Amino acid sequence: MLLCALSIFLIVALIAYQLIAKSDLNWAQSGLKFFYTAAKDPVTGQPVYWDPVNGNFSAIPFIYGTLVSSFLSLLFAVPLAVGVAIFLTEMCPGFLRGPLAFLTELLAAIPSIIYGLWAIFVLVPLLREYVNPALAKTFGWSGFFTDDNPTGLGYFAAGIILAIMILPIISSLTREVMTAVPHSQREAVLALGATRWEMIRTGVLRNARIGIVGAIILGLGRALGETMAVTMVIGNTPEMHKSLLSNGASMASVIANEFAEATSDLHRSALVEIGLALFVVTIIVNAIAQVLVWAVTRGTPTQAR
Amino acid sequence: MSTSALQLRSRFRAITDHTVTILAILATILVIVPLAVIFAELIYKGVSSLNWDFFTKVPAPEGETGGGMANAIVGSAVLLGLSSAIGIPIGIGSGVYLAEFGRGTKLANAVRFTADVLNGVPSIVMGVTAYALIVAPQVSWLPFLGHFSALSGGVALGIMMIPTVCRSTEEMLLMVPHAVREAALGLGVPNWRSVLSITIKTASPGIITGCMLAFARIAGETAPLLFTALGNQFWSTSLNQPIAALPLQIFIYANSPYEDQRRMAWAGALVLIALIVLAVSLVRYVTRRGVLKGNS
Repeated sequence: MLLCALSIFLIVALIAYQLIAKSDLNWAQSGLKFFYTAAKDPVTGQPVYWDPVNGNFSAIPFIYGTLVSSFLSLLFAVPLAVGVAIFLTEMCPGFLRGPLAFLTELLAAIPSIIYGLWAIFVLVPLLREYVNPALAKTFGWSGFFTDDNPTGLGYFAAGIILAIMILPIISSLTREVMTAVPHSQREAVLALGATRWEMIRTGVLRNARIGIVGAIILGLGRALGETMAVTMVIGNTPEMHKSLLSNGASMASVIANEFAEATSDLHRSALVEIGLALFVVTIIVNAIAQVLVWAVTRGTPTQAR
Repeated sequence: MSTSALQLRSRFRAITDHTVTILAILATILVIVPLAVIFAELIYKGVSSLNWDFFTKVPAPEGETGGGMANAIVGSAVLLGLSSAIGIPIGIGSGVYLAEFGRGTKLANAVRFTADVLNGVPSIVMGVTAYALIVAPQVSWLPFLGHFSALSGGVALGIMMIPTVCRSTEEMLLMVPHAVREAALGLGVPNWRSVLSITIKTASPGIITGCMLAFARIAGETAPLLFTALGNQFWSTSLNQPIAALPLQIFIYANSPYEDQRRMAWAGALVLIALIVLAVSLVRYVTRRGVLKGNS
């Protein structure tokens, strides 16, 4: 039993070792520069981010794509997830609570390939026909929505599908931390004559906020590493665009697309290094989130301040 | 403050309260809608494409209609069997350690934390690791290394199973009442014996459902298989060869230009989701009913 438990350490160490060893080549070639600079095209002066033929690799467009799609998804998912959690813990009639909780659980269990399939055949055509042109028309002046992409794929589609995928994780964890707030808190606030919303705000949310932040960060961790659904809708071009409706690529999607057919050892090791970066970032993000969630659900309830 | 100002204030508070209530209900509806839409779409498109051929034939050659996903279903079964053989024993073992032998120790807390971290590692990274571990090295006296194979896919999936199985086993064991353990120890049974034949046995339905949940989660994983199991258009059950898998086949067909293959992707998705819904509902049923209170 102890051996089994220790093997978990071993596995994490093994993953780290393999990723470091296999990205050696690219590390020797470009070092930390891999993450912040790109080669310049000698003719046009434009940066060349990802050029497997000439061996020029830079992780910038993928980091950008991952960040943009993840934060977009948080933007959509967080208000909804907290709303659902509030509804389920504080307002929901008892007979609905079980089925609704079950449904959100189910949403979490659907594999990402099925979200991707649905996104390709239902979401993307919808965006292409209606949503993207409307967005470009209303917000085109901001530069974030220029409708020059006839496919309907891109950061925006990736953000939406990611939001649907991380919603159940955030909402179920938020629900957990909210139920961990003792009932006496709620009763005390209500006894002072507060309305239900004031009770939720001062009695529940304020006490659970650390845990809610933890839940959001955990959702972020999931969004950063999500592969299949994003690969299917982000468009997969190693470029950077200001417009959210443009095609892009994320760290996970470039690995998924190119790893099996990598043209050279350097190409492959560059992809592994992106994987290593993803590994390190998700470990840090998850560790922070775990600590925050534990702080609320395990310890004594924090005092209202 | 005058009475009317007070009234205004309380009116305002009531309105805020109602607005928030409505917003929360709206949020819930907005979350349920995509789920309902996805399911409706899956069932509508999946059922219309499901037929007997789907379960009995291998994929048709490029451009031809007909064919099925029999090889992918069998391939998924092989991969899942292999990953269960790796993930379930290690997962249960470490779960038992966490709940029974190491409870409260620093080491147990560290293991639990590491398992949670491992759970959050993106599946694509798991695939890269399995690639580096099994597909990349060329060792002449180890014939199963050095090429794409079912083995490497199974290893990647197996590693992904460990944290889920471990944590659910721990949770289930912690639900066993203390009195049961005390009764066993009171009869003079050594601790390891009481763990093995009393605690684990009492919690076994819960542990099995935990394993099923991990199994269902793994069944839909695609990313770690992309460059380990690789996929295969033909029959293969050899661990030493590239093997087809249901999610991989869905991925390939989803990007296909042929209408027939797209329909096949929907059918595959339906089969996959049926398996997963079954497992999740079973888990919910078992945990809700409180199996541990029964007479097992």
